[in-house]
Amino acid sequence: MTQGQKATSTILETPVPGGLWVAFTATLKRDVTLMFRRRGELLNPLVFFALVITLFPIGISPDRAVLALIAPGLLWVAALLAALLSLDSLFRTDYDDGSLEQMLLAPQPLAALSLAKVLAHWLLTGLPLALVAPLLGVTLALPLGSYAVLALSLLLGSASLSLIGAIGAALTVGIARGGVLLSLIILPLYIPVLIFGVGAVQAAVIGEGVAAHLAMLGALLAASLLLAPWAIAASLRISING
Amino acid sequence: MSLCLQARQLACERDGRWLFEGLDLTIRSGDIVRIEGPNGSGKTTLLKLLAGQLSDYQGELFWNGAPLRKVREHYLANLLYLGHSPGIKAGLSPLENLAWYQALSGERGNTSQRLSALEQVGLGGFEDVLVGQLSAGQQRRVALARLTLTRRPLWVLDEPFTAIDRQGVAALEAQLAAHAQSGGSVLVTTHHALDVSPAARCIQLG
Repeated sequence: MTQGQKATSTILETPVPGGLWVAFTATLKRDVTLMFRRRGELLNPLVFFALVITLFPIGISPDRAVLALIAPGLLWVAALLAALLSLDSLFRTDYDDGSLEQMLLAPQPLAALSLAKVLAHWLLTGLPLALVAPLLGVTLALPLGSYAVLALSLLLGSASLSLIGAIGAALTVGIARGGVLLSLIILPLYIPVLIFGVGAVQAAVIGEGVAAHLAMLGALLAASLLLAPWAIAASLRISING
Repeated sequence: MSLCLQARQLACERDGRWLFEGLDLTIRSGDIVRIEGPNGSGKTTLLKLLAGQLSDYQGELFWNGAPLRKVREHYLANLLYLGHSPGIKAGLSPLENLAWYQALSGERGNTSQRLSALEQVGLGGFEDVLVGQLSAGQQRRVALARLTLTRRPLWVLDEPFTAIDRQGVAALEAQLAAHAQSGGSVLVTTHHALDVSPAARCIQLG
């Protein structure tokens, strides 16, 4: 082999082993930093959640018995809509400034990078919603003893909501006003999570076992963790292609 | 094994109109290829297609003799694509932007590497300013810093000279030439006359 051939043979790069973890953590860190720098948007879902919940006792009745009956459903529906509100921006800015294109061209699996983005989204929307929910439960006279279950069910449920919602966000990212379409695609898929989430809290309120409901929420989360990243990656490819 | 990207009988249709048909193209180590054509003639589409982003085309693409679809990961590890939008986050500083791009290619890198890359594109002193506060040309330079930072043999650049001042253009031309001379290859679209050696091969579209 001559000198010249040797020089050209070394220029080709191979994918760096272990690079996936580096790319995953960097993407997570990048998205968390970006979201923290837009604090107004970050607070939006929380403010929406708090407003809706505080308006209900005024609008319906301050009667504790009435409120306690509807509290689990109200809290869950409001949290679900708050999570839905924040989804549209998940891939939007990346699409607009071209970094989504670059993510698709990275020598890392797109599914893993999307998972990092969804994780960042959940840490800054789903997690705060789950933590604030017990506090708002007080204003709805949620019976004592169901607060922990409420937080836990939202913790598990909101993670599924973020994962499933991201599929819709990825599908509609190429459309200028995809917000309505996103809701139409995603809401039917949210219903199982809503049913078992509310079920868990209601079971806690009437003093029944909550394990079955929470196990179902866990199973939904496991299934979406397994399948959603691939669906998100495929949807992003479709959106970029169009 | 040297670098070789080959397109055979490439054709792409948009809205019932053929942008290009029967396009044959081979890019080897040391080549600078310039795609020319009026606005709307499909330059960006061709670049995206060669960068493996689009799948609705006819014809075949080969990377070092193997079909591109099969060696996609290896191909992407060798490709640096700078698109029409620079892919730079306005809410992050130039340093943070570059850190993410380094991580995307799987390297942790370090700050001094990134600082010297920024220095080289004339952004020394701006490393901690949010990109949103920089001018259009400076934002483009942040993207161009990736050329120095990430070692990739094949560069696919879509209008890299947009918003760059005269000194910047000369520096970038010198960088393209140096890259080609060291065995890399460059595929570029631009509306200005490229002054590089080895001289750029032209492909006319439209």
